Amino acid sequence: MKKVPIRFRLNGIDRELDVEPADTLLEVLRDRLGVKSPKTGCDHGDCGTCTVFLDGRTARSCLVLAAEADGCDIVTLEGISRDPSPLMHQLAKHNSFQCGFCAPGVVLSATELLRANPHPTRREIQEAIAGNLCRCTGYTPILEGIEAAIEAAAIEAATIETTAAERSLP
Amino acid sequence: MPIPCEFEYHKPKSLPQAVEILSRNGKNAAVLAGGTDLLVWMKEGLRAPSAVVDVKGIPELHRLEMSEDSLLVGACVTFTELLESAVVRLRFPLLWECSRTVASVGVRNRATLVGNICSAVPCLDSAPALLAYEASVVVHGPVARRQIPVAQWFLGVRQTAIRPGEIVTGVSIPQPDRKNGGCYVKLGRYRGEDLAQVGVGVLALEGCEYRIAFCAVAPAPARAERIERLLYGCDLSDGLIHRAQDLVSQEIHPITDIRASQEYRMHMAKIMLERGLRAAVARMLGGGPELGESVI
Repeated sequence: MKKVPIRFRLNGIDRELDVEPADTLLEVLRDRLGVKSPKTGCDHGDCGTCTVFLDGRTARSCLVLAAEADGCDIVTLEGISRDPSPLMHQLAKHNSFQCGFCAPGVVLSATELLRANPHPTRREIQEAIAGNLCRCTGYTPILEGIEAAIEAAAIEAATIETTAAERSLP
Repeated sequence: MPIPCEFEYHKPKSLPQAVEILSRNGKNAAVLAGGTDLLVWMKEGLRAPSAVVDVKGIPELHRLEMSEDSLLVGACVTFTELLESAVVRLRFPLLWECSRTVASVGVRNRATLVGNICSAVPCLDSAPALLAYEASVVVHGPVARRQIPVAQWFLGVRQTAIRPGEIVTGVSIPQPDRKNGGCYVKLGRYRGEDLAQVGVGVLALEGCEYRIAFCAVAPAPARAERIERLLYGCDLSDGLIHRAQDLVSQEIHPITDIRASQEYRMHMAKIMLERGLRAAVARMLGGGPELGESVI
């Protein structure tokens, strides 16, 4: 079949390549570009292990044709973990993952949630990660890790406010 | 899992271009919007198109806007976009509530309302809302544009009124002209990502009109007209709700499958009807459970 030339930004770097029409974005990321954080799990959009950011939103890369990524901005866990976020630190601290297969997807889904809603309820967190299946932990340590990150951010924000208030004292 | 079929990928920039490619390829063409159903079906061998037409490059299909008294939802509008729209939330709360139960965030970021009704699986969550609001499907073909009432759209399992060469460009949803309240009740095996075992949408309108539609309990989603006629003009009472529940077995035809038995679906449909009716009326009056809060 006629190959499709595509150009897209991957983790901040412009990439250009020819893909088969039937190639999924997941296959191209893993097998052609060596980006391995998105995993092949169910391969049907149910498990969330293949999650990537596509133009700033989480998407199932197993259900996106590579051809569709032309002109898009793709960010994977590799792209946001050079400088680990407070969320990642707290997930590590709480031993939120065991085998780690679901971890990239969970981190991206939770990151998407916290960007839009910095103070979600437990129910909202559960909904945000409902599409990311974890077969090891029973989810409790994942929820605890995310909640600890929210709390740490709130404490940090309060500290900054206090310091600013102290500075403005005569 | 690689996609086993070979196809040519097209990304037209205008509607006439898309229609031309679709008519040239007839039944061998597949329209790609969010792709969350199409790619699964191609991987499973249920569809093997020779031409895939990605319609996301057509600007007018991304429209989500009120024109006169109707909301136009373009073919490329995702469920996430619907959920983030204040117009949808305030004026079409039943559609908003249905949309929130579709799959998961990562799927809703790609999946479209129009794709949902084109897939036409029996359990599609958006159908009860569209049936209750009496929406119509806007279709463009090589010859003409036509508008099909949603009630005549679903013909059976994965079957719709579309003809080869045609493309759905959007859904037009008229805003009810009276005060109203809605409730979508979805039964899954667990909260979170699951397909509906039973779904019922209720739209209560001022003047004691109740529009009720079921999904996942028949080959195609449909309005429950016998129940609607029974309730029309009446305030809800315990006795009336019981009589409505007695009619449920005439309205729906559930089957037993891997997710639930026929008997369980029938039993739950009656309970869900009651809860949906009560919540829809309560919401119309300004109370009731918060929008998006499950009543089951």
